[in-house]
Amino acid sequence: MKAIELVGITKTFGSIHANQDINLDVEKGEILSLLGENGSGKTTLMNMLSGIYFPDAGHIFVDGKEVLIKSPIDAFKNRIGMVHQHFKLVDIFTAADNIILGEKMPPFSIREKSQELRLQAANEISALGENLDEEAKKKAISKINNKRNLKICALPFVKFGKAVAFNYLPRTRAKRLQAIADQYGFDIDLKKKVYEMSVSEKQTVEIIKVLYRGADKLILDEPTAVLTPQEIQKLFAVMRKMRESGKSIIIITHKLNEVMEISDRVAVLRKGKYIGTVKTSETSEKELTEMMVGEKVDLNIARELPIDPQPRLVVEGLTVRNKDGLHAIEDVSFTVNGGEIFGVAGIAGNGQKELLEGIAGLQPVESGSIIFYNPKENKPVTFFHNDLKQIKKKAEMGMFHYPDGTPVDLKGKSAKEITRLVNEEQILYYENEVIDLNKRTPREIQELGIKLSFVPEDRLHMGLVGNMSIIDNMMLRSYRKGKSIFVNRKKPKALADKIIDDLGVVTPSDMTPVRRLSGGNVQKVLVGREISSSPKVLMSAYPVRGLDVNSSYLIYNLLNEQKARNTAVVYVGEDLDVLIALCDRIMVLCGGKVSAIVDARNVTKEQLGLLMTKMPETVERYDYNVAPQQEETKEEEKNND
Amino acid sequence: MLVTLLSRAIRIAAAFLYGSTGETIIEKSGHLNLGIPGIMCFGAVGGCIGADMAQKGGAGAFGIIVATIFFAMLFAGAMGLLYGFFTISLRCNQNVTGLTITTFGAGVLGFWRKNLLNIVVSDEGTITFKAASDFIKAPMFGAVGDDWFSKIFLSHGTLVYLAIIIAIVVAIVLKKTRTGLSLNAIGENPAAADAAGIKVIKYKYISCVLGAAIAGIGGAFCLLDLQSGSTEYPIEAIGWLAVALVIFSLWRPGIGILGSFVFGLLYVMPNYINGIGTEYKKILEIIPYAVTALVLIVISFFNKRETQPPTALGVPYFREDR
Repeated sequence: MKAIELVGITKTFGSIHANQDINLDVEKGEILSLLGENGSGKTTLMNMLSGIYFPDAGHIFVDGKEVLIKSPIDAFKNRIGMVHQHFKLVDIFTAADNIILGEKMPPFSIREKSQELRLQAANEISALGENLDEEAKKKAISKINNKRNLKICALPFVKFGKAVAFNYLPRTRAKRLQAIADQYGFDIDLKKKVYEMSVSEKQTVEIIKVLYRGADKLILDEPTAVLTPQEIQKLFAVMRKMRESGKSIIIITHKLNEVMEISDRVAVLRKGKYIGTVKTSETSEKELTEMMVGEKVDLNIARELPIDPQPRLVVEGLTVRNKDGLHAIEDVSFTVNGGEIFGVAGIAGNGQKELLEGIAGLQPVESGSIIFYNPKENKPVTFFHNDLKQIKKKAEMGMFHYPDGTPVDLKGKSAKEITRLVNEEQILYYENEVIDLNKRTPREIQELGIKLSFVPEDRLHMGLVGNMSIIDNMMLRSYRKGKSIFVNRKKPKALADKIIDDLGVVTPSDMTPVRRLSGGNVQKVLVGREISSSPKVLMSAYPVRGLDVNSSYLIYNLLNEQKARNTAVVYVGEDLDVLIALCDRIMVLCGGKVSAIVDARNVTKEQLGLLMTKMPETVERYDYNVAPQQEETKEEEKNND
Repeated sequence: MLVTLLSRAIRIAAAFLYGSTGETIIEKSGHLNLGIPGIMCFGAVGGCIGADMAQKGGAGAFGIIVATIFFAMLFAGAMGLLYGFFTISLRCNQNVTGLTITTFGAGVLGFWRKNLLNIVVSDEGTITFKAASDFIKAPMFGAVGDDWFSKIFLSHGTLVYLAIIIAIVVAIVLKKTRTGLSLNAIGENPAAADAAGIKVIKYKYISCVLGAAIAGIGGAFCLLDLQSGSTEYPIEAIGWLAVALVIFSLWRPGIGILGSFVFGLLYVMPNYINGIGTEYKKILEIIPYAVTALVLIVISFFNKRETQPPTALGVPYFREDR
């Protein structure tokens, strides 16, 4: 009998099909891997089993019976337990308290119990000896009946007493639970507070919790993502033990080697659709990758060869820790050139966010350097004539040079003299600045005159202020300009209107709060603002996420325009087809490390898919300056075909 | 004089204790209810109505006390339900809702005192609830002995002891039962509680209503027990101190019993210091607030997770929002 069977499950969010007609089944005592790229709908599907979402269509069968799972309580009733990727634990409780949290009293039905008592009494009456005389028999019967009635009357009190007794938390609760932990070989101290625990311990608590609640169908959502290799082996040992005791396990993962190691069968999802299920023993990593990424789709995105790519942003050995204190990215080095689109591929949560935020100065960088090469412009400094402080700051950093290349020393010069030097455009040129962005705040970066634009992943929380109008959002970048204490809305209004016209933002007016716009229009406003400052580096994280096809192409075109302007464009994406078609080079992140930097014109989805899920033995680093010229012309021909 | 001071401190401590026990229950469910002062005012109004009705109906001491408590809880609980409806179901801002209720409650009580009190009890003239109030004030353990112990600890009305009993029961429930565990979990991490199968919304409603009802008894206590003669106890101010007491007691009703006594002592002390002017006495009323600020500073030094407010305090919860 199948433990879980899903038939024709469909779930849509707005116009997006998260899951489309999915069929899936798990046997008893089996480990099934659920494999798929980001956004392929794995977690959504599992959330429908754990009662967080309700499917729009389809049937769920548990142990052969069709069930409706409307809430987490229903999932418990069907003995389904899910260990979420983000643990749902109460930090200040001990492990034991987290495990027993929400436990229901064993059912005690007064009706059933009284029925039982009646039956018992009837049996006793019929068992009475026949040799009794009439009178004695009557007496005995009434005695039994009285006893029965008394017992039935006492039942509500018994129930209440049991409820009170159940509600009481005994001091020995941790000890009792330890037995369950030991049974499966979990190595954990259940008296420890959760906030003192490591990630792996927290996960163990989650697993014991679902086992304790009687789940025999476990869903593990990317359990290995946060674990060290040793901890992963421990987890796998526990999972095998659970399989032996007849439990069914669904494990969501991206890592192919783990899939091969632990699972009996593998089910693959792609873009919300069910691709197929294969036996692990009869498949290979290559086949699985192909199933996962699918056929190449031709997107017809125009792509020019980069013109004169010169290093613009050089990152060396960058290491950033995430909120939990783990290494989100570790020792990442790459160079982004002006005039190219530099793709960053990787499974979500492999350090893309931390990488971009580290560069933009939004997250503290643990080690490494971020060097920004301002292109040679030889322009006189004209835009901060009045700001003496800024000039001095820049001069201290050695950013000003005389035409002959010697740095300008402003020490000892009076304010008047400096103003004269600058305003008469006599000597001050800033020339190919080399600026270390490390340990600088976004404001400092902006004040240094570095035109770094950032289109963050979370548009309405990091990129824009939802409750503010389009005009006011434009001012977020420019409100500090000017000397007046009152803001001047003229320029931002002009900019907002220009963006609305140029990018075709659908909005009632430029005064509309941004949160009222649709996702695509919000993104247009954000990208429009970021490119309006003619950036030298444009970093964009998932800029087409949730956008329809037309809006997506508009964004691609905007990025390509920036590329043609010799901007260094960083594009963090999740759709491999888009990355291959749009970017010039693609850096692949795997577990916070660079697994390769490849030529986007010469790479297949399968290769990228493998690089995303598995660290290669040697890391390839493609760069134009190293690659022979011949190859590039070949590619050009290929592209023309 | 020390005996009188301590006795008086314990008496007024009961008012703080009702408010803070109620507020603790509400805060444990993740709702910061700044409406406690107003809710206590409503409790006072309800308590008066209950006492009046019981008195007119010719009920005995027990009947009057039960009716007072019941109506105080009913009125205050209704405000708790209103607060819950706004903050749980409609997800309004908790602070704004709470402050609105405080303003509302204080206004209603003021109106009630000035205009209606005399009409409702017209048969008794302007002496408000004298009979009912006397029953409530009457020492629970009968005639008071002359020794210091009886004077300090045994000379109070029923409601004083009830406050301590309620606080102890709430402390035990929070610490020792699954109900308390669930309530704590909701205040700390409602998503985790929800995933564990706890009915978060139901718990939140119950704690909002129950907490408000308990605070309401405190309001009735202020009007019917504390108040003697013409001095009006400022119920709103007592309510604010009760909210401060929740912080002082580190969200533990057990500590709250002790804390309320400290607050009561600090509150009545100025009246027992001889040789200072009224204006200085007024200034000395700051002390409880200053002590609360001091406690906040001290606990922030320890930085222990257990002494922090519930993590999800003030954050609305709805399942779809992830």
